[in-house]
Amino acid sequence: MRAVATAPVLAEGHVSSRGPAANEITEAPGRVGQVVLEVSHISLSFGGVKALTDISFDIREHEIRAIIGPNGAGKSSMLNCINGVYQPQQGSITYRGKTFKHMNCRQVAEMGVARTFQNLALFKGMSVLDNIMTGRNLRMKTNLFQQAIRWGAAEREEIANREFVEKIIDFLEIQAYRKTPVGKMPYGLQKRVDLGRALAMEPQVLLLDEPMAGMNVEEKQDMSRFILDVNDEFGTTIVLIEHDMGVVMDISDRVVVLDYGRKIGDGSPDEVRNNPDVISAYLGTVH
Amino acid sequence: MSGSPQTFPQLLLLHAKERPDAVAMREKQFGIWQALSWSALLSMVRALAAGLAAAGLSRGQHIVVIGANRPRLYASMLAAQSVGAIPVPLYQDAAAAELVFPISNAEVGFAIVEDQEQVDKLLEVRQRFPGLARIWYDDPRGLRSMREPGVESLDTLVKAGMARDASDPTQFDVDIGRGRGTDVAALFFTSGTTGTPKGVMHTYAALIDRSLAGARFDKITPADEVLAYLPPAWVGQNIFSYAMWLAVGYIVNCPESADTVTIDLKEIGPTYYFAPPRVFEAFLTSVTIRMEDAGRPKRWLYDRFMGLANRIGRRLIEDQPVGVIDRLLYALGDLAIYGPLRNTLGMSRVRVAYTAGEAIGPDLFSFYRSIGINLKQLYGSTETAVFVCLQPDHEVRADTVGVPIDGVELKFASTGELLLRSPGLLKGYYKNEAATAEVLDSDGWYHTGDAGFLDAGGHLKIIDRAKDVGRLANGALFAPKFIENKLKFFPYIKEAVAFGDGREKVCALVNIDYSAVGNWAEKRNLPYAGYADLASKAEVYELIRTCVNKVNADLAADERLAGSQICRYLVLHKELDADDDELTRTNKVRRGFINEKYAVLVDALYGGLEQQYVETAVKFEDGRSGVVSAHVRIADAQTFPLQKAAA
Repeated sequence: MRAVATAPVLAEGHVSSRGPAANEITEAPGRVGQVVLEVSHISLSFGGVKALTDISFDIREHEIRAIIGPNGAGKSSMLNCINGVYQPQQGSITYRGKTFKHMNCRQVAEMGVARTFQNLALFKGMSVLDNIMTGRNLRMKTNLFQQAIRWGAAEREEIANREFVEKIIDFLEIQAYRKTPVGKMPYGLQKRVDLGRALAMEPQVLLLDEPMAGMNVEEKQDMSRFILDVNDEFGTTIVLIEHDMGVVMDISDRVVVLDYGRKIGDGSPDEVRNNPDVISAYLGTVH
Repeated sequence: MSGSPQTFPQLLLLHAKERPDAVAMREKQFGIWQALSWSALLSMVRALAAGLAAAGLSRGQHIVVIGANRPRLYASMLAAQSVGAIPVPLYQDAAAAELVFPISNAEVGFAIVEDQEQVDKLLEVRQRFPGLARIWYDDPRGLRSMREPGVESLDTLVKAGMARDASDPTQFDVDIGRGRGTDVAALFFTSGTTGTPKGVMHTYAALIDRSLAGARFDKITPADEVLAYLPPAWVGQNIFSYAMWLAVGYIVNCPESADTVTIDLKEIGPTYYFAPPRVFEAFLTSVTIRMEDAGRPKRWLYDRFMGLANRIGRRLIEDQPVGVIDRLLYALGDLAIYGPLRNTLGMSRVRVAYTAGEAIGPDLFSFYRSIGINLKQLYGSTETAVFVCLQPDHEVRADTVGVPIDGVELKFASTGELLLRSPGLLKGYYKNEAATAEVLDSDGWYHTGDAGFLDAGGHLKIIDRAKDVGRLANGALFAPKFIENKLKFFPYIKEAVAFGDGREKVCALVNIDYSAVGNWAEKRNLPYAGYADLASKAEVYELIRTCVNKVNADLAADERLAGSQICRYLVLHKELDADDDELTRTNKVRRGFINEKYAVLVDALYGGLEQQYVETAVKFEDGRSGVVSAHVRIADAQTFPLQKAAA
């Protein structure tokens, strides 16, 4: 009965696995800290198509920040700007006090920002273990030759990193799949591996691009629990793009709403839910 | 402490003194098997015991332990027993509502649990029974910001215990020394196929005596290994991985998680193995599925050699005479199929394996024996501390459960009910004098409720629960479990319930095995949307019909049972589930309840309808409830005339 079980749960806006203490945890005073990342006046266009127009918002330490909006609203473009995949024509991004005109992918990763992908970018032929190990790439200091003979420093490094990866495998409860090639796993579990690889970077800020797209309700519930646990356990700041309103309203601290590349709402889930612009964007009133 | 150890903590002290560095337990964590020696275990228990004492747990009080098989939970039970308290292991998959009764009945004030899931449930229980003051959890995940009063991590308890132990280091040994064999060691709540659960009190003497008797019978030594993967709240798991572990001193291995059991089993290769039939059934189902997916040459080889095993292997393991050529052929089969198969099942080192709890299908049973696994049956229950009758090596039959072992006396009531006396009998049901008096008479005979007899060789044969055996309206014998077991042997059928007592014919309700039938459907390009959809497919009904017909053909061969062939059947739209009270926590069908709950369907079966609309209330794992509805089809099966014995 498990699959059916979650349907009413999410619809009513509860993630039951968090139990009675869920609200207390997410709303615990003092948990959310200072602003870590600030996006100001970002505009991005591809030729004549304006993907983003003058977008500004901030992300605070330890919060779960959701970006929502209808299809084509510019959510993924926004994430790609933060991540350095796209370079906006106007505006700037401030990360921990440093302001950048545009970001650079490697630099972003080194600063402690990791991401997952909407359309899984895993190595299908490699095992779960190896896939997550690739997330430790930036933490490995030995060179190719040392690693090839796997002796001394290279061996120590591999053992230390493997231990970290094992902790992630334990955390995400995928022990049974450790040696399974990722391509053979169910979709929901692949998404979990994708999250695992991002966690392997020990990120301070984690960008999740539709972590629950294409999942059934049970998988969504599991993923919600993992996201909350990551946030709770490691204090990771989470920026999340998601379509499932139940999930968004349930787990996020603050929500940004985009529509046609413009910001139309920003605030707590309750504020956003009652914002007339957001309602009309979602219900499709005449613009 | 004087003389030989009488309690589990006293046994622990002995092991830690005699062989401090020997491995007591292993747990797979972070991909590596981590060993825990007896001396390390003792210091863990010592700290926990001091912590529990500091928290106010005292002699005779109850403490609940809920979780999977984890070393720290085992240590917690030992720690509780060290201070003279009585652990109450409860099922980790029980819903909060089910926990309320045992916790309030035993007036439990303390609990040690595995993780957040259990903490959440106990907080729910606490709203109904506020006496549950202190809760400690082993795994802090998701609980870092828990602010509920009295809820703390086990680490905190250990720390507090170490401080207390440092200030008063003699108390631990004094407390352990005060334990006596006649003290109650643990309280096991029986699942009970009827009515509310009952708390079975067992003394140290009873549990230790039975453990040693079982060990003597099969020559179990400290070198043996077991894998602990069934709920510790089940008396079977508790005897095999706790009582016997401490009495004998072998190694208990804890799997990494419930999902990795098959992998862990293969890695550990236990030598002593115990599981209810459904586990063996699940293994065989997965083997059957994988063989169906295998290439043609492999399938040919498998079919060929399994036929051979069926013919020769059973004789070999019984030590019966087998010709030289057959022996050679079997050796070849062992090389090609049986050996690798045993290895895949994680049973290549198994010396003694037991199944109990339910009757096992004869074909399932002989499958394991024919590939060289010494699978045997035993008879026992929670009330008898498991060991009553065991099958000696080479005297194993599918339809008996063995001979009474040391200390056990059997006799039969005039009704055919089995009565027994044994040092392992329960002390009584907790706070339930009436129920105790019902099963335990003044001369110390325990009334099992099972109907059976001793065969010519002195082996006990159980027919069915005494109250379940019935008769059809025309007087023919009706043994529902016998029919259900025959159905359940098919990999496609997970559960079955037969009706017929006092009626003119037998009808059955069938649950398909989702993975086996799902696989079968996929291979036939049969699309389905989920369990209910799959269960209602005409093709699936055809598949189940062939199974039912085979059972009927089988029944027709038996003079006494030919009259109870299945006339009509239906495939249920939902899986029978313990959460919906349809099964017990040990997955036994609750016949009476199902009869009432699905009265509409039963009426439809007997009323000759082709289809019946039904709405069923279901309880979800998080405790909510909902309704599942479906149009369930009903089909006829073929029945056969009585076959003569020669046929």
